[in-house]
Amino acid sequence: MMPMTDDAVYENARIVDPARNLDARGSLVVREGAIVAAGPEARNQGVPEGAARIDCAGLTVMPGLVDLRVHIGEPGGEHRETIRSACAAAAAGGVTSLVMMPDTDPVIDDVALVEFVARTVREIDTVRVHPAAAITKGLAGAEMTEMGNLREAGAVMFTEGRQTVRDAAVMRRAMTYARDLGAPIAHHTVEADLAGNGVMNEGLLASWLGLPGIAREAELLPLERDLRLARLTGATYHAAKISCAMSAEAMRRAKAAGLAVTAGVSINNLALNENDIGEYRTFFKLSPPLRHEDDRLAMVEALRNGTVDAICSDHDPQDVDTKRLPFAEAEDGAVGLETLLSAALRLFHSGDVPLMRLVDALTHRPARIAGLEAGTLMPGRPADFIVVDLDEPFVLDPADLKSKSKNTAFDGARLTGRVRRTVVAGRTVFGA
Amino acid sequence: MAEPAPFPVFAHRHLLGIAGLSYPDIAQLLDRADAAVDISRRRLKKSAVLRGLTQINLFFEASTRTQASFELAGKRLGADVMNMSVGTSSVKKGETLIDTAMTLNAMHPDILIVRHQAAGAAALLARKVGCAVINAGDGAHEHPTQALLDALTIRRHKGRLDGLTVAICGDILHSRVARSNMVLLNIMGAQLRAVGPSTLMPAGIEAMGARHYARMQDGIRGADVVMMLRLQRERMTAGFVPSVREYFRHYGLDARKLAHAATDCLVMHPGPMNRGVEIASEIADGPQSVIEEQVEMGVAVRMAVMEALLDARKWEGDAS
Repeated sequence: MMPMTDDAVYENARIVDPARNLDARGSLVVREGAIVAAGPEARNQGVPEGAARIDCAGLTVMPGLVDLRVHIGEPGGEHRETIRSACAAAAAGGVTSLVMMPDTDPVIDDVALVEFVARTVREIDTVRVHPAAAITKGLAGAEMTEMGNLREAGAVMFTEGRQTVRDAAVMRRAMTYARDLGAPIAHHTVEADLAGNGVMNEGLLASWLGLPGIAREAELLPLERDLRLARLTGATYHAAKISCAMSAEAMRRAKAAGLAVTAGVSINNLALNENDIGEYRTFFKLSPPLRHEDDRLAMVEALRNGTVDAICSDHDPQDVDTKRLPFAEAEDGAVGLETLLSAALRLFHSGDVPLMRLVDALTHRPARIAGLEAGTLMPGRPADFIVVDLDEPFVLDPADLKSKSKNTAFDGARLTGRVRRTVVAGRTVFGA
Repeated sequence: MAEPAPFPVFAHRHLLGIAGLSYPDIAQLLDRADAAVDISRRRLKKSAVLRGLTQINLFFEASTRTQASFELAGKRLGADVMNMSVGTSSVKKGETLIDTAMTLNAMHPDILIVRHQAAGAAALLARKVGCAVINAGDGAHEHPTQALLDALTIRRHKGRLDGLTVAICGDILHSRVARSNMVLLNIMGAQLRAVGPSTLMPAGIEAMGARHYARMQDGIRGADVVMMLRLQRERMTAGFVPSVREYFRHYGLDARKLAHAATDCLVMHPGPMNRGVEIASEIADGPQSVIEEQVEMGVAVRMAVMEALLDARKWEGDAS
């Protein structure tokens, strides 16, 4: 792949930019890593001196995806994923900005770790990687991290990664403190006692499989607590990945009450349901668990009507040793960076979610939640965008994945719509 | 010309559960087991059906009774039987289930009997080995030979399964025996009841095909068969039920409660029993109890299953 930093004009494209509610034929002009113009008016801008002209007939140009939830193995689990391999996977999936989860080993709970990530990312120099820092030291749920220092060092948000802060007083103080810093808190809520030893959605299927179930209430109880605390503290709160109708309803009410709260959903809970587990297929062992089809439909509707703001890949690389086990003993998680867009486009092709809302939930909305200058094609912004063939059908072959781990929940899935080119700061980092 | 086979070819590679079997499949296995009972009651109990074949019993979870039953079944059919239990294997040293399976597979067994504490373990193993696999219990999922031996016991007493009212009582939530029995008895046309406190019922019990009764007297009223399940002591500490005393009073099978069932009601238990927890001694040893007979039927059913699976694989032997 030849890196190119040249100025360019992407012509004859369908330009989709949710931040401006724009969906029209036009061009996108890039100069010195920034967007000069994008849309029908860009055709009148002329071609900058020496700029390449790239024909995008039949293709769609949209902002690069912004993924708020990516687990990377580095440091501590480099056999699963390195920052470099995650960047390659992100580029291939059209993700130009990602938020890296802090549950590494050591945990990102210290300025030195944030700086390590920043340094590593600078060397790789492809997609933008923003570390999220832990809410509590060592993710132990007790002592608050140095949020002010971490924020200054570049942590874009605070989260406990796979963990949930159990102690309401700790959570309250963290939210209060983060509010002063203007930093969002993102939380994946699981009531550990209620979830118990559960390994999949509670219901008839779990009953037949003889697997302990996780009640939806295990997600809802801490979520409702957090929403109360958001009201109490005035914090900016992001429910990182909700999975059931009850949680969507709780979010709807909180938003109606005017709280500064947002919600995300994992692409897995939009595109799959518990039946995909079939005969104990561990690649479908996820957290939150794949739920009943009724819940999936509720999440799709919540996405469509905006109750759910953003879609994340919940990229979580696991090697064969942690997945080639009986279902209950296997680790949670699936890789997702490279299938995020194609899987999300299922909802567009099925007619469930309009393209504008879908792209919004993958770009502009998550960028705003994390406070990133990304997710839009507005003039003056960094030229982070992707060129997509919305209609290209393909069958996913895990061997094609750039991620070090191949635990995809879309192994062999038929998907429609694929990233042709990924551009970060004007430079092509994937495709041609 | 070869003699006509007494039974049709059993169209399954493994026996991983009752789910997936049809009415004729189950009827065939029960018919074969009836014949095996006769072999077991002879003085010379050996047949040559599995002569030269190797059976490995792979038990990750200790079970003297089931393992002995499978061992005896194999030996009566003439197989060479090897027992591997977790205490002596390298599984304790961190070897994974799949690694163990691959190792055993390299020894070219013809049939593998697996018990494991994780649901789905038998299916996982079956995908990795070349021989027939029989699930001897995987977590709270299935225990198909137990359901078959229960069905055989009932059929030999009642002459049928369809139309009978069967009450399964106790810890259904954690019971693979209950799940296999529910699938089998529904296929065979019995009326199923699930009796026990709701804390011990799986989600959606009625959708699984059993009427739920929280009051035992109601649940066994008029029943033709009462199947008791073992209640593990650790269920008390985990808060599923408050105490042994309370459990026995409300859900233990004693003469007073059994009086509500049909007068010729059979009392069954998969063993091992907790006398004074789920069943009173006088009932376990009483005239309606067929618990010992279940053990005898266990050997016959396991002989039948192995014979059926390996009959269907004769071509493999011819090819090598």
